[in-house]
Amino acid sequence: MKNENRRLDLALICGVLGLFILPWFHIRSGFFGGEWVLDLLSKERYWPGFFQLFLGKLQLLPVFALVGAAGYLRLKSEPGHRGKLIAIIGALGLFWMVLEGLSIGLRGWNWSLLEATFGRVDGQPAFGAGAVLLALTFTTFISFGLAEKGALKGDAIVLTAVSLLILLVATFVFYPILSMFAGAFQDFRGNFTTEGVMRNITDPQIWKLNCLVGGSCGIAWRTMFLAIATAAGSTLLGLAFALIVTRTQMPFRKSLRTLSILPIITPPFVIGLSLTLMLGRTGFVTEAIEAATGLELGRWIYGLPGIWIAQMLSFTPISFLVLVGVVEGISPSLEEASQTMRSGRWRTFRKVSLPLMAPGLANAFLIGFIESMADFGNPMVLGGNGGVLSTEIFFAVVGAQSDPSRAAVLAIILLGFTLSAFFAQRMWLGKRNFATVTGKGDGGRYAKLPRRIAIPVGTIVALWSLFTIAVYGLILFGGFVKVWGLDHSVTLAHYITAFSISFENGFAFTGVAWNSFWTTMWIALAAAPLTAAVGILSAWLIVRQDFPGKSAFEFGLMMSFAIPGTVIGISYILAFNLPPLQMTGTALILIFCFVFRNMPVGVRGGVAAMSQLDKNLDEASLTLGANSARTLKKVILPLLRPAIQAALVYSFVRAITSISAVIFLVSAKYNMATAYVVGLVENGEYGVAIAYSSVLIFVMITVILGFQLLVGERKLRRPENTQKSPAQGKLKEAAA
Amino acid sequence: MTHSKFGQVRFENVGKNYGDFTAIPDLNLTIEPGQLVTLLGPSGCGKTTTLRMIAGLETPTSGRIMIGGDDVTRLPPNERDVSMVFQSYALFPHMSVLENVKYGLESSGFKDAEDLALKGLDLVGLREKAPRLPSELSGGQQQRVAVARALVLEPQVLLLDEPLSNLDARLRRLVRTEIREIQQRLDFTAVYVTHDQEEALAVSDRIVVMRDGLVEQDGTPYELYESPASEFIADFIGEANILDCDISSVNADTANVLVGGKGFDLRSRNHSIGKGKLAARANSIKLSRDVNGGPAGKIKSAAYLGDHFQYEVMSDLGLLFVIDNHTDELLENGTSVGIDFDARGLALIGGKK
Repeated sequence: MKNENRRLDLALICGVLGLFILPWFHIRSGFFGGEWVLDLLSKERYWPGFFQLFLGKLQLLPVFALVGAAGYLRLKSEPGHRGKLIAIIGALGLFWMVLEGLSIGLRGWNWSLLEATFGRVDGQPAFGAGAVLLALTFTTFISFGLAEKGALKGDAIVLTAVSLLILLVATFVFYPILSMFAGAFQDFRGNFTTEGVMRNITDPQIWKLNCLVGGSCGIAWRTMFLAIATAAGSTLLGLAFALIVTRTQMPFRKSLRTLSILPIITPPFVIGLSLTLMLGRTGFVTEAIEAATGLELGRWIYGLPGIWIAQMLSFTPISFLVLVGVVEGISPSLEEASQTMRSGRWRTFRKVSLPLMAPGLANAFLIGFIESMADFGNPMVLGGNGGVLSTEIFFAVVGAQSDPSRAAVLAIILLGFTLSAFFAQRMWLGKRNFATVTGKGDGGRYAKLPRRIAIPVGTIVALWSLFTIAVYGLILFGGFVKVWGLDHSVTLAHYITAFSISFENGFAFTGVAWNSFWTTMWIALAAAPLTAAVGILSAWLIVRQDFPGKSAFEFGLMMSFAIPGTVIGISYILAFNLPPLQMTGTALILIFCFVFRNMPVGVRGGVAAMSQLDKNLDEASLTLGANSARTLKKVILPLLRPAIQAALVYSFVRAITSISAVIFLVSAKYNMATAYVVGLVENGEYGVAIAYSSVLIFVMITVILGFQLLVGERKLRRPENTQKSPAQGKLKEAAA
Repeated sequence: MTHSKFGQVRFENVGKNYGDFTAIPDLNLTIEPGQLVTLLGPSGCGKTTTLRMIAGLETPTSGRIMIGGDDVTRLPPNERDVSMVFQSYALFPHMSVLENVKYGLESSGFKDAEDLALKGLDLVGLREKAPRLPSELSGGQQQRVAVARALVLEPQVLLLDEPLSNLDARLRRLVRTEIREIQQRLDFTAVYVTHDQEEALAVSDRIVVMRDGLVEQDGTPYELYESPASEFIADFIGEANILDCDISSVNADTANVLVGGKGFDLRSRNHSIGKGKLAARANSIKLSRDVNGGPAGKIKSAAYLGDHFQYEVMSDLGLLFVIDNHTDELLENGTSVGIDFDARGLALIGGKK
């Protein structure tokens, strides 16, 4: 019973700290910078909540009252009786903070209706350290109160984890999306208006369908047609690769697997750039063809065909990864059974193998569709005059016309497309989920592909592989020539511009890329452990704990996979630019963005790994007197080490290569490598852009290889303890 | 905590639902200190749920659970004075045998965890395996490590969830004797879940037979076998043929029973005169080639199983399952046989306690 009091004391101390010591409001120069301490006396803004009360911020009064009430219960009541009240206090506290935070903005009431009802009120800045600590305190009140009531077997640790995660997901996934919807209905001053929505939603630039009669179509349709074409193409190619690798004797088929690592480590513009160098107006292939035939090929690569080719190159490896798993998952004995029932290979393939692959194919299609919709880098480089939704959103924010309402509407349309695809696939899958991997030892060999399929498919695969190799080869090469297409003399100038160092006045990084490079590295390093932690913790809760609303929680997490990065970027700007939460321009917003953008992958990896762990292991640990924290630390985490490592590496690498969300969130102070490369591309400095990208690829390969060495070493030490699926597989899984 | 209740487990009106499904409607049960009580029943009868509620791995929907006189209904598993041996053993694969056994001791903050753990391993004769990983041990050894790991905590109650189901038949017999021997020597309370009636009969002080979440019968192995409360019990504890009978007269604790025209004196539990049912064990039915007025039948199928014959007989009393240990001569299908009973294998079903 002492336990209950001890943890409640801790929560109360946090509450007092947040109210009386820490500055309640947001500090522009940054809380962690610490400069505010010097100005503490002179600036009322920096004062803690208690003193803000005397400055007329009466909206904080209920917060004090609630914390006081919790303190009273702690002293006057026993754990058995007060649980419900404490949980209610926590819920009320959170509710009030959300309410007052959203109602009172920088200049007073956010809504004129409130002003008419309650009269004028002073504005308030965004929440600061004190307020955030109070929100956390109230959250722990809820969990501790429920734990005392005996919810979830009275496990306060699990309850706290659940409520914190729900709070985080609500703040960083749902609140931004809602803000985006709200943003669509606001003008520049933040007043409610439907003007922007009406103007944009009926805009012929978005919805016209003239391309069916020979004109050009609206962005929405163009984006959708492109996504369908990319999804179909990459799924077919991915299937071809998967079949060749698993079911033929084609030479070099083993090395095809290394292709699957490519999309993880490729910075977003690289393929577009390389295609330009090859097939653009002055590309060497274009010139060769023009010289040979005398035709004028022109700028055909800029526009949908070019984006389509680039996306096929980018996403085929992903679909290959998914489909290899699917094709290998079909139990050979099913095919052997079919063959013993007098069906030839072709009939077996058509009637048994293909239908069994259907859910996997649908999954690959969905991934291709969503990736294409979310893709920002390729359309940015190759879009020419006609963009797609994601680039259009970007230009609506940063362009000359700067129209946040238009950006919000476009983002909602984009989100509508991807979520519809996500739900459609869910519904379709619901009816046909064939689990063919039974866990029983399954002898038998995969049926070989019939010749009449193997030969054409093999040819396609070989050609596409050569094309991919050429594209990537060009990237490396392109960084070393002076001006691509005009002057092919070899030079190191681009690397020097980007990464020079100087020893003149002491050691200094003088290259133009260093600044964004180091920012990228430390932000990626900071985000990686957080992503892995949140992902694995969520996976643990989903697989091992039962709590009300679990399926909604799980669904919300998986759904965030279908939210394109551009939408996240724009929604973060709209959500975190004004009080109650103000983070734009900080490193924190980048870190949070990475954490919640890459978390679904960590969750999926964690869920897969944890499902393989016998549930009795946790239960054994509990019955042996360990609490959930010790169980997690001593039993679960050590056994999940490969999955955790994979999540770490994956989120690190993703943070380096991600662009679509980041481009909205970078600032002069915190610029990221990819955003910097966009700038280079926009200025036509292709050489430096390519040199920078090559360095990034090299860094990422180093990280991944280093990681594999690490895991490999562990295997040698404890051969009897090797996991069934090696970490390499986990990483690939994660990438899919 | 009164010492007399140390090690006692009490269920008071305990119910458990999973959504709409009621696993345990209303359970009242007291397990006395120092006893080995078996929860027995077919799969899905609620026996494992009952065990897991003692451990705290499931929370009852209603009612109270008391351990050693304290209400533990809302207490998390790690704060209960019980430990459990799992069906899968649940040995932590990344820890050595010693680390596994030490784990619980360290969680509870014992200073001499290592010594106690080694003593625990001595108990099951596995001290020399201490540095090994569980995967390097045989199934039987792993099982014993799991027992040692649970025992070193000296819990009020030891819970065993089908602890032998992953062992082969010979090892099962050995280990169950070993567990029983340790339990009697150290004199702790043990709750044992199994679906194997032979195992239950062999190890238990008391058997609680469960069916659909209800206690079907609760008694010593002897009581269950000799005075089954229902046809279900009679059939579940030592396969039996259920036959109609007439109870012609009742004395203090015996009744005279007529079956197939023959009379027997059987143990009775306040049966009343009239129609009744009795259980005839398969080996209590005697078949002979001469049909002489008594009940008779025809062999429907016959099988040779080494040390005995096994027959199905279509008879006046219904289809009978018979085991014959006299393996001189196999009765062919279709042979007409006379039927007689051995009173020692007959038991009256039902009655009141």
